[in-house]
Amino acid sequence: MRHSRTVRHWIVLCLWLIGTAIPFGQVASAEDQALDWDRALEKARGQTVYWNAWGGDDSINAYVDWVGQRVKEDYGVTLVHVKVGDISETVRRILAEKAAGRDSGGSVDLMWINGENFKAMKDNGLLFGPFADALPNRELIDTQENPAILRDFTVPTDGYESPWGGAKLIFVYDTARLANPPRDAGALLAYATANPGRVTYPAPPNFLGTTFLKQVLYELVEDPSELLSPAGQNFDAVTAPLWDYLSALHPTLWREGRDYPATEDDLIGLLDDGSVDIALAFNPAKASNAIEQDRLVDTARTYVPDAGSIGNTHYVAIPFNASAKEGAAIVANFLLSPEAQARKQDPRIWGDPTVLSMSRLDDTARALFDDLPRGVATLSPEELGRTLPEPHPTWMTRIEEVWLRRYGA
Amino acid sequence: MALNFLRYGPWLVLTLFLVPLVAGGIGTLLPAFGYLPALGGVNFSLDPWRALAAYPGVWDAVFRSLATGLAAAFLSFALVMGGLTFFHDSRWMGRLRAVLAPILAVPHAALAVGLVFVLSPSGWLVRMASPGFTGWDRPPDVALAPDPHGVSLVLALVIKEIPYLLLVSLAALERLPTARSVDIGRSLGYSGPVSWLKLVMPQLAGRIRLPVYAVIAFSVSTVDMAIILTATPTPTLGVLILRWMREADLSFQFVAAAGAVLQVGVVLAAVLIWRIGEVVSRFLLKAWLQRGGRNLFPGAIILAAVPTGIVSLLGGLGLVGLLIWSFAGRWRFPDAVPGRWSLENWVDRFDMIADPLAATLSLATASTVAAAILAIVGLEAETRFGRGQRTMALILLPLILPEVAFLFGFQVFLVGLHADGSWGGVIWAHLLFVLPYTYLTLAGPYRGLDPRYARAAACLGASPARVFWSVRLPLLLRPLLIAMAVGFAVSVGSYLPTVFAGAGRVTTLTTEAVTLSSGGDRRLIGVVGVLQAGLPFLAFALAWAIPRLVRWRRFGVGLGHD
Repeated sequence: MRHSRTVRHWIVLCLWLIGTAIPFGQVASAEDQALDWDRALEKARGQTVYWNAWGGDDSINAYVDWVGQRVKEDYGVTLVHVKVGDISETVRRILAEKAAGRDSGGSVDLMWINGENFKAMKDNGLLFGPFADALPNRELIDTQENPAILRDFTVPTDGYESPWGGAKLIFVYDTARLANPPRDAGALLAYATANPGRVTYPAPPNFLGTTFLKQVLYELVEDPSELLSPAGQNFDAVTAPLWDYLSALHPTLWREGRDYPATEDDLIGLLDDGSVDIALAFNPAKASNAIEQDRLVDTARTYVPDAGSIGNTHYVAIPFNASAKEGAAIVANFLLSPEAQARKQDPRIWGDPTVLSMSRLDDTARALFDDLPRGVATLSPEELGRTLPEPHPTWMTRIEEVWLRRYGA
Repeated sequence: MALNFLRYGPWLVLTLFLVPLVAGGIGTLLPAFGYLPALGGVNFSLDPWRALAAYPGVWDAVFRSLATGLAAAFLSFALVMGGLTFFHDSRWMGRLRAVLAPILAVPHAALAVGLVFVLSPSGWLVRMASPGFTGWDRPPDVALAPDPHGVSLVLALVIKEIPYLLLVSLAALERLPTARSVDIGRSLGYSGPVSWLKLVMPQLAGRIRLPVYAVIAFSVSTVDMAIILTATPTPTLGVLILRWMREADLSFQFVAAAGAVLQVGVVLAAVLIWRIGEVVSRFLLKAWLQRGGRNLFPGAIILAAVPTGIVSLLGGLGLVGLLIWSFAGRWRFPDAVPGRWSLENWVDRFDMIADPLAATLSLATASTVAAAILAIVGLEAETRFGRGQRTMALILLPLILPEVAFLFGFQVFLVGLHADGSWGGVIWAHLLFVLPYTYLTLAGPYRGLDPRYARAAACLGASPARVFWSVRLPLLLRPLLIAMAVGFAVSVGSYLPTVFAGAGRVTTLTTEAVTLSSGGDRRLIGVVGVLQAGLPFLAFALAWAIPRLVRWRRFGVGLGHD
């Protein structure tokens, strides 16, 4: 009977497929490997580095293109920008590769990462390293002066990721419509109450939305130092002021809090339309860039709350199974060069603040930074005020959970 | 030899097709029950389901998926049947087809964004009326699109599904004795529309049942459209699954897998509800049929035509909106047109778009040609050997199963084969969706083809192969090309398959559009949307033109049977 034979074939096929799923079981560990720089230079020549990085912004994409040209010239490394909508897609991809037992020859060589995604990869052994301390340009960062760089959302980086830029929360408003923007959480609530529908923030888990919640929490909490260690029994007591605040704020939000902008750019668009009076951004040069690109009215300006604002560092990391680890390390090192860092900080290119310590640079390198112009709506380093550190990721995970239960789906 | 190949052809097609589905299904099912050792899940458990059930608002989301999906499917079906009732013999029908084809071809994401451009409080309609009529110098603070109730999602789905259902209906009608049936009804004193409704519609409904199920499955489980058109706190189940998959906390992968399995159940439930409705309405319609009423109530024509008109108008405005945004320099609220026009979106950014454009074109061409060949192999084998129809129905699984249900597992499978990120892998992934649509669109006409053509040719001594090449294929050229155009459009609009199988290395217009949509520059989204819509439009234009050219060459003008 042909039919029964066919059925048998299917059974065999299914068994084979289950067999392919078995390697799920073999948990591979990323063993620590040291990086020898001279050998790396040699091996990297001719390598192709696939760099998975958020690709939602033209100016950033253009900057990454430029990095590709430069590492090609200097090191013979071919850089391919794999544009992703969210780097967590790449985390899952590497997870899938690990599940399939592919411990080398992976599809991702370098990734732009920080915070929760870094913690998730580090905890699950998905990262190569430590490599960051072996990069020659690491010398240009004074970790005494900037110790925050050693901790990513309070999680020790331990050399598993290399810094390449900073971010800081700023508020944006249109001077033609709003003369005196509210400069602390209390004033913001008062403004929203007096002007219903004119204030909003992106819904968590969007990073800007969660950053806004952290900002409010920092301003309201009695002892901010509690936020630096993992959240535990103290969660309810510490976050109570935040929930009281949001209960008062939400009825006054844009669309009464029944909808939220999806992203930072969405929110900038709402400000430009005049739908809201205040926007947020996680890059001090954001407003200047948007004005430059005709996406924001040219009377827009920025400010930072009196208490300072949340800031963090973003990094690049190498997956445990990367095919071109040496090439990836060379790109990571190039990203820390004064040339690359100064170009990145140029508001006409991107406007992302450098992670280098000016005290470690020679005069020519420092001149690269001193000569940079500042965008029309960008604050000076002094005006940017104090940088509040990111809380431990456990706080955010639980705050997102509670937020979702109270206001979300 | 050739005969042997054809005899086993359906099995070949199915194997090519079911392997990734089964592998993907297993790769999703195991984590749904707690098994994913790479994440420390080594014991089977129901924990993922408990976490799913405890997630805030998950049942609302399930209900929302079901309600919006069924509402969209019912409205599109009703509007198409209503339109055909009154206009089936209108010479406008042919032209309407030409107008609707481009809307069918517009990728879902682009259409959804176009609709937001038109309907949102800062959208085009409000801009046109402001500040002149409304006195608004700021957008009103109301939720229109996206909205919390899923109304705009239903609207977008209807815009998208009407052209599809209309096209498959028209293709099926060509093989039905429409004109004769209506004439018989007329001779018994029934009005034209009533004759069509009572005599042709029941036959048609039977023939397009599968396309209708595909519409239901798609509407219930759409992700990209729902993201754009539902408010953030009121998502559908599909949106929630994607949110879980994107959660940085990797333990949510288990919940996502369970959600994907639940999504399959929701789709099945929707089809079941539809089926029950079908049986009930057949019972009711039978009574109506037997009562013998000769006319419809007055005004029925308005009820049938006006909603379709409005919906088409909105779709059209959305497309024009995309086009205008792509040429906008600065377009601030409440200006009705951009304050400054500019070519720079197209010129300066063409370098960025050239590669994705080429990739989209190659992927769509390759997967469409492969799908057409495989669909013909399956249908021809069925026609010659008279079996396999039931088995081949399995290739419709990807239309019933939500994409997310097997794509995570399929990715693991491709990685195991070292085929992820390769062109072959991506074409394979596209084929999973292109083939069912091609097959579905072609199967009706193929099976409906009058067997007497083939029999006559065989009587004249033609071999089965000759019958195929000289009789069946030429007669079916038009439906075949329409089926290919549909497949082409599906490939161009594919997002998740490209992302999963392409290892993120294969960038198409659609992945670019979705990536950009998280960056929010409306002008760039306009450019990519216009291009996305342009490619399938080209395919439909070819599907329209080629049969005319061929027939002209073959028979000379005017001898074709239309």
